[in-house]
Amino acid sequence: MAAEGHKLAIFRGLLKFKSNQQKIWGVLIFLSIVTTVEVALGIIKPEILMGSFLRMKILNWIFIILTLVKAYYIAWDFMHIRDEKSGFKNAIVLPLVILIPYLAFILLIEADYIFEVMKDGFVSWNF
Amino acid sequence: MEVTAKASVDESQVWGGGNKPLNASYGKMMMWFFIVSDALTFTGFLVAYGFSRFKNINSWPIADEVFTHFPFLHGIDAPMYYVALMTFVLIFSSVTMVLAVDAGHHNQKSKVTFYMLLTIIGGAIFVGSQAWEWKNFIKGEYGALETKGGQILQFVDADTGKRAAIQEFAVGIESDRTTHESSNGIWYQNETVLPTVSLAEVKEGFVSNPDLVIRTQQLDDKGQKTVLSREESLLKIEEALIVVEGANLIRNEYGNRLFADFFFFITGFHGFHVLSGVVINIIIFFNVIIGTYKRRGHYEMVEKVGLYWHFVDLVWVFVFTFFYLV
Repeated sequence: MAAEGHKLAIFRGLLKFKSNQQKIWGVLIFLSIVTTVEVALGIIKPEILMGSFLRMKILNWIFIILTLVKAYYIAWDFMHIRDEKSGFKNAIVLPLVILIPYLAFILLIEADYIFEVMKDGFVSWNF
Repeated sequence: MEVTAKASVDESQVWGGGNKPLNASYGKMMMWFFIVSDALTFTGFLVAYGFSRFKNINSWPIADEVFTHFPFLHGIDAPMYYVALMTFVLIFSSVTMVLAVDAGHHNQKSKVTFYMLLTIIGGAIFVGSQAWEWKNFIKGEYGALETKGGQILQFVDADTGKRAAIQEFAVGIESDRTTHESSNGIWYQNETVLPTVSLAEVKEGFVSNPDLVIRTQQLDDKGQKTVLSREESLLKIEEALIVVEGANLIRNEYGNRLFADFFFFITGFHGFHVLSGVVINIIIFFNVIIGTYKRRGHYEMVEKVGLYWHFVDLVWVFVFTFFYLV
């Protein structure tokens, strides 16, 4: 059942594997490359990527996007979300996709506001 | 009563629980929903970390300067290499886990056993590495002073920009200060361990060492910590109250107090997940060996603990990004 039960293509069908085991090793190689790129960027810190985009460094945006890519492949291929029925898939993924950005958005906006208040307020925090 | 079930219910309309509408067994579904709720718990922690970080965006410690150790390489500045290695270990143990699940689908008992064993070893290496990271973090390296306002003052060489350890430049002064015990004081206050050098020694050493300047925890426009001039430093050191060595839940030598709290809490909570994952893996490992699942005819238990194990890996990917990279 195993070989028939798994969808063996990743990158939207760009890369097809013959067996599930091959796919696992392929995904491992991909995840390792992504992690290596992250660590290399973190050590080199290229000057071009230090600019700011939406109030955060471009480099940090790249880190977050690469992390989401890794999370996608761990969930889809290691945890076999790719093989689940779409109803089950959505029941797991949608709550997280909706709630996590929402919570992050409201708390980070609030934190930025508190930062401004502490910076421009009449209370000294550095004494 | 109205609630009494009618005896003549059409059996074909009732779900007997046998078929699986979502093509997943009860146990697997519940493991998934547990993972969803646990993911939201970790979200809460990480977003709280983000909150505190954005609130103190101009005084947050720089991770590259905090985590610089690598085993057997003493005194060599190796930022992030070790956590990167830990990440690879965890991803690799995730791979052996998914290979065990795959072998379980083919009912290959010996292969499941072998891959489960590799997974357990990988998890143990990871937990050990995390303990080592904690040890370095708690011990600290250079030491610092804390002012009345809770600001951390670190010391650097004015010419080279290299960090200076307070234990090295502090001048030995005869001091009869001993650890304060609750039996000697009012209101039974006590302290745990005295720092290796006293505040007076650090001050004396700083004044007699003209090369040293103070680095505050405030970040400048480029994201580097502000270094004061020698004159400013001499004024600033008068504000210092406490010697800080290493990190604990109250203060840490790296900078903002909340940093160490979040580090201990989030990596600790994740490490506890890894530890419990290893324990569960060991239980399943022995069940595989004694043939429980061979007799049962399927290895779905391996798949369920596999889901948990991958989840632990998934969380680490995020912890790694938000604590060490960003």
